[in-house]
Amino acid sequence: MISRDDVLRVARLARLALTDAEVETMREQLSAILSHIDALKAVDTAGVEPTSHAVPQFNVMREDEPRPCFPVEEMLANAPDRAGDFFRVPRIIEE
Amino acid sequence: MSTYDVVIGLEVHAQLTTRTKMFCGCPATFGAPPNTQTCPVCQGMPGTLPVINRRAVEYGVRTALAFNCRVNGACRFARKHYYYPDMPKNFQISQYEEPLAEEGSLEIDLADGRSHRVGIQRLHLEEDVGKLVHEGTLETAQSSLVDFNRAGVPLMETVSKPELRSPEEAAAYLRAFRAVLVYLGVCDGNMEEGSLRCDANISLKPAGASTLGTKVEIKNMNSFRNVQRALEFEVTRQAEALDRGQRIVQETRLWDADRGYTRSMRSKEFAHDYRYFPEPDLVPLKLEPRWIDEIRGALPELPRQRRQRFAASYGLPAYDAALLTQSRALAEYFEAAVREFPQPKLVSNWVMSELLRELPGDDERAIEQATVTPSRLAGLLRLIDDGTISGKIAKSVFETMVRSGEDASTIVRRDGLTQVADAGALAAMVASAIAANPRAVDDYRKGKTAAGKAIVGQVMKASGGRANPAMVSKLVEEELEKLTKR
Amino acid sequence: MPATIHELTAAYGRGDTTPSRVTEEFLARIAKLDDKIGAYLTVTADQARAAARASDERYRQGRPLGPLDGAPITLKDVFCTKGVRTTCGSKILESFVPPYDATVTERLAKAGCVMLGKSNMDEFAMGSSTEHSALKVTRNPWDLARVPGGSSGGPAAAVAAGLAAGGLGTDTGGSIRQPAAFCGVVGLKPTYGRVSRYGLVAFASSLDHPGPFGADVTDTALLLGAIAGHDPMDATSIDAPVPDYAGALERDVRGLRLGVPNEYFIDGMDPEVEAAVRAAIDVLKGLGATLERVSLPATPHALATYYVIAPAEASSNLARYDGVKYGLRVPGHDLIEMESRTRAAGFGAEVRRRIMLGTYVLSAGYYDAYYGQAQKVRSLVRRDFDAAFGRVDLIVAPTTPNVPFKHGEKADPIAMYLNDVFTIPADMAGVPAVSVPCGFTRGGLPIGLQLIGRALDEATVLRAARAYERATDWHTRRPNVG
Repeated sequence: MISRDDVLRVARLARLALTDAEVETMREQLSAILSHIDALKAVDTAGVEPTSHAVPQFNVMREDEPRPCFPVEEMLANAPDRAGDFFRVPRIIEE
Repeated sequence: MSTYDVVIGLEVHAQLTTRTKMFCGCPATFGAPPNTQTCPVCQGMPGTLPVINRRAVEYGVRTALAFNCRVNGACRFARKHYYYPDMPKNFQISQYEEPLAEEGSLEIDLADGRSHRVGIQRLHLEEDVGKLVHEGTLETAQSSLVDFNRAGVPLMETVSKPELRSPEEAAAYLRAFRAVLVYLGVCDGNMEEGSLRCDANISLKPAGASTLGTKVEIKNMNSFRNVQRALEFEVTRQAEALDRGQRIVQETRLWDADRGYTRSMRSKEFAHDYRYFPEPDLVPLKLEPRWIDEIRGALPELPRQRRQRFAASYGLPAYDAALLTQSRALAEYFEAAVREFPQPKLVSNWVMSELLRELPGDDERAIEQATVTPSRLAGLLRLIDDGTISGKIAKSVFETMVRSGEDASTIVRRDGLTQVADAGALAAMVASAIAANPRAVDDYRKGKTAAGKAIVGQVMKASGGRANPAMVSKLVEEELEKLTKR
Repeated sequence: MPATIHELTAAYGRGDTTPSRVTEEFLARIAKLDDKIGAYLTVTADQARAAARASDERYRQGRPLGPLDGAPITLKDVFCTKGVRTTCGSKILESFVPPYDATVTERLAKAGCVMLGKSNMDEFAMGSSTEHSALKVTRNPWDLARVPGGSSGGPAAAVAAGLAAGGLGTDTGGSIRQPAAFCGVVGLKPTYGRVSRYGLVAFASSLDHPGPFGADVTDTALLLGAIAGHDPMDATSIDAPVPDYAGALERDVRGLRLGVPNEYFIDGMDPEVEAAVRAAIDVLKGLGATLERVSLPATPHALATYYVIAPAEASSNLARYDGVKYGLRVPGHDLIEMESRTRAAGFGAEVRRRIMLGTYVLSAGYYDAYYGQAQKVRSLVRRDFDAAFGRVDLIVAPTTPNVPFKHGEKADPIAMYLNDVFTIPADMAGVPAVSVPCGFTRGGLPIGLQLIGRALDEATVLRAARAYERATDWHTRRPNVG
């Protein structure tokens, strides 16, 4: 029920490289899961508000007061690649 | 070339002048060394959570009210997903289906004196992204560098309705829009530094047609002038293409200011799939009407209203009114000075020429901190008014006031600049000058009345500029008349 | 066999032993036994010793920080610990060292706890057996061929095997309660927002709940008391007073109204589990609680709803792992290739599956039918609980439909998902729920009893759990690991 094209499109959106074999396995597994999930469509939810927060709260905000920044070394300590105090990434090709 | 209607909508992103970022407590200032103004939250580190900056919401409401928008008391944030290295979480916290405000307008004044009301579709809050530095250009760079200092700075996005009908109107809208934001104190309006950014959507349709043409998005216009130039280019490009029967491609084009054209980014015929959903880490807002009313009550008089009031109640020409209201601080400076020296046109002249020679009129802080305060300016103008000094001397006194911070009276007294207005003293100087310039007298006798001016000049020079010019002129004319009529 | 936290800290107070001595015992036990159990990903021996020494000093001066001072605990490796690697059971964060502590990490340290190390989990908390950890296998101390449950299998196994006196886990679809049931320990999922999520590496933001594991209810209550409470760094955390959970445990349950939900006793569930749970319900009745049948009709839809919402939120929360700022990077010719290869190599199969599923259900055209609809069905699940709690004070049910299964037994994803049918609804509604040991199968495998309460009513949940515990001795049994 989910096509190979769907899988490729979604994999692109999710930045996941999949081999051809993986695409097929993923397609089968997702199709199986989705067919279970499809049962939801039959549930009558007319007039029901969606729940985004299990325990409703509103208006949680903070004051515009500065907090100390973290030292740049700590922020870059886990960087896979850096140049000085910058993170470095490979060339960006527009999609 | 057929005639086309131009349809333009502007999307403006304004960085808010809050002290801290939208969702964390890092400072929101410009220009710090890379990655020194960050924390785990704005770096999108695992486990971190956003918390809304109340002042950013306040500034958003304030702006929405200034643009006559309907403020949605119930609104929420949403995640907008796409991958780009300047976005730490690879989603941006923004607002989608429930924005802060909708359905407002901005009235703009055009060069020919007409005005035009432009609709504002929506206004919402979101977080800014970091900065990318490319070694070379985006196209040629083998790698890019990322700085997250700017990531998380509060942004207010405003989308106009497609009701701008020319590149000129678009630039006028942007100017007026910026002026309101600066007036409100929510944004510093600096396009060069990127605190105010503008993208445009432009399409053409045959004159009078009802269906809109294909719209093209234009980006990378970093000044009012570039907005106008880029859109003018686009109008020409699209019109020529349509004339040739070509289809306009729906795409994003970048303005290249150096080369003066727009060029296509990779074609984006399809829209991004942003997979919006309500931000689960933030609870919805239900803004209290009382708070919104408080904000409304504290709105300052806006630029356009003030300009109209200046023209009407001070009897100032439109040009003066526009210049004097370019910033809140300057307008307030003017009014404070007029309160003490109620001759608006004179105050206006001095503010426009002398004060604005020293300070940029749209620099709120510089005006507020000007050494020549409105009171001091008024004091100087009083000295001219009561004849103590001449207008010309006053100009140099003003310069001294700027440098030394003293008031006019002190300077005049100390430097002995008091105008000579004693008739007897002046008469003596006039007599000397006439005696020393027989040729001028001759010229005058021959009918060259301009020769009188030379005598006046001599008297002014001899008096070190302190003679009262009006009196000198009169005395010289009288004397020369007497001499030549004998 | 090591004692409970409250017994240990009482002993510290009396001077019978010291935090340092006990810490060494635990470290020795870990060194001896964890090869078999596989609970720990990182043992923080030096840090533990330093914390223990500081605790020693406080007891020496007669000024302990409280009932948790010197308690040796473990944190599921999903909680950020400053300077200590935090892997989330994943290759993509295998060497990630956070520069900051989660709020719960800070609060436990402030209470004087001694952190022995970070424990194993299903990768990014996605799983019900800990088999999806990319880094290690954890075995059930009661039967090493079987799983400890998941995703908090590490802390549950550690507490069960005496490799920690208490632990902290997270529950998104059942990941505290189910491993607690499988390992024969107590595990509590608090009300959503009762405990701060700041520093908890997010899986599904609206469903993640940090919570305690204890060898008994008292320990669990003590740990909850230390971590609960409002946190300004978490906008979803609840600003409500924290009661003295441990201090209110010894009250009886006479007159407490218990609801027995029809939908939690289903065909196909293990008959020994059903029998043990029904016997437990009888015990509670014998203690003076009243019983009533209740219906939670949306229960059959809860699983599907969960498997829309959780993957959707997960796909979003995990988008940040791209090899740019932290974690694994697999090289590529350009950014997209680098990111795609990094994520493919760094995430295991279950995580990739859920990211794909989540991305799909959020993608254009599918949002309303899936995510939008699921959030509405979620409201129906909440309504069920609201209605039931109009008539009863607690809902009593099995924690799982099954008993600990063998490693590799549930290879099919959907079979794995079915482990969570009884635990998922409480996550969806955000209400507090605990699992306490209530028996063993003939084969000696633990069985868990679940008590579910009203939002913010952990006190009643814990009180009933304690009353049951007082009347039984399941919680005193320990696996024989050596």
